[in-house]
Amino acid sequence: MEVSRRIVLHFPPKITGQPVVYRLVKDFGLTFNLLKASVSPGEEGLMVLELSGDQENYDKGIKYLTETGVRIQSLSQDVVRDESRCTHCGACIAICPTEAFSLEPKTSKVLFDHNKCVVCGLCVKACPPRAMILHF
Amino acid sequence: MAKTIAEINEKIRKGKAVVVTAEEVLDIAQAKGLSRAAEEIDVVTTGTFGPMCGSGAFFNIGHSRPRIKLGGGKVYLNDVPVYTGIAAVDFFLGATALPDDDPRNKFYPGEFNYGGGHVIEELVAGKDVRLTATAFGTDCYPRRKLETLINIKDINEAILFNIRNAYQNYNVAVNLSDKVIYTYMGVLKPNLGNAHYSTAGQLSPLFNDPYYKTIGVGTKIFLGGGVGHVAWHGTQHNPAAKRGENGVPREGAGTLAVIGDLKQMKPEWLVGTSMLGYGCTLTVGIGVPIPILTEEILRYTTVSDAGIFAPIVDYSEAYSQRKPDIVGEVSYAELRSGRIKIKGKDVPTGSLSSYSKAVEIAGILKKWIEQGEFLLTEPVTPLPGVESGITFKPLKERPIGE
Repeated sequence: MEVSRRIVLHFPPKITGQPVVYRLVKDFGLTFNLLKASVSPGEEGLMVLELSGDQENYDKGIKYLTETGVRIQSLSQDVVRDESRCTHCGACIAICPTEAFSLEPKTSKVLFDHNKCVVCGLCVKACPPRAMILHF
Repeated sequence: MAKTIAEINEKIRKGKAVVVTAEEVLDIAQAKGLSRAAEEIDVVTTGTFGPMCGSGAFFNIGHSRPRIKLGGGKVYLNDVPVYTGIAAVDFFLGATALPDDDPRNKFYPGEFNYGGGHVIEELVAGKDVRLTATAFGTDCYPRRKLETLINIKDINEAILFNIRNAYQNYNVAVNLSDKVIYTYMGVLKPNLGNAHYSTAGQLSPLFNDPYYKTIGVGTKIFLGGGVGHVAWHGTQHNPAAKRGENGVPREGAGTLAVIGDLKQMKPEWLVGTSMLGYGCTLTVGIGVPIPILTEEILRYTTVSDAGIFAPIVDYSEAYSQRKPDIVGEVSYAELRSGRIKIKGKDVPTGSLSSYSKAVEIAGILKKWIEQGEFLLTEPVTPLPGVESGITFKPLKERPIGE
């Protein structure tokens, strides 16, 4: 069974030099979508990613991460759009730091690419009809 | 070939009127030429959907027993104050009104999650609204306190009366400072981080009738999902604005005051709106039909986004200090492409008005006319034009003497 989860990885300083994500891909056949990363040598690193693959391999990958010393949290927040309130104005487009919003040229509707969202929350209060909602 | 509104209405009644939107007319005129297009097309429909602070509604809630004189008293709807300085049980709710206990910008930037615009949206949606009132009591109106739920379907009148809507062109707002600013044009990021505009461009009503040759007092329109009328020219109406060769203003120009029965409007076209750090307002949907009486009138409706220009204004300094400087001019075609160049910098754009909703409004109005449900009206009197000499004056402050 295929699974896909958004997780937050905390790297202790001693392993920030290791190719951890590479191993997830190579040894366990998982795919990842990097949502946010802050990794500097000698400091605790943070990575938010969407990890996908076969359930068995996913579990093995998580076990590998834990054994390496990576602390794992599930992404506890999520930004969603209340489609009934969105007026497709576009006040969010240029506010979003990761370009998760775009204007669809044909329909002039504002598209929200959830995969690009890093849950910073800037759009939530900048949205005039308050259609963007932060879920905990 | 000149047609009259009466002739067009006759075709509408028979279901034979040719109606197209201000977007569709572009291809038709291109393919058939202006003259043939003007012969064939009877009506061009326009639309716009954006935050319009000059909005509000009058209410008459009926008389309680014993009677209370709300006029001169204090009245709140869901804690939002209304204006009571009129007759006993009439009052006016403005779109930007805020609850007394809203922290405003005390915690900057204020969120402004609920205000007059939101109350209007909830009333139109058929929700009960809490009315709380205090009055001073008179011999004929003895009551001093009233607390009750009200519903739009039970009260005598609910009349949307927006004193300034549908601005003919508007500034493109940018921020040249090094701090984020929170404006009625949205959140503006520092150092030209973004550019925000707010009109439906080629679909917007007054861009399609730049000299107000068909739109006048009395014109029947789509308003908030129902039917309304142009009541007057809007406040700050400025026909003398700078215009391009096509007659289209290159800055804020004409405006409309509009009126209509709130009871037949719909909440998806009157949306309570919050501008971070600025305040509350109401996003209003308006659509105006333009009767194609002559080829000249048709030609005006063929204006496209590439031919409409707006001034780029710095809201960190030039706007707030009322300086005339502009950063440049840009076309709506460029704005709608998602990125514009300002001072050599690639700047992402965003809009406060919804183009897709404007398309929808023009489409709904087109359907109403095609189905014979919506007849056109002859204006009672025209809006003041270029020849009126009306200009948009700043306030001249004068000291108040002894």
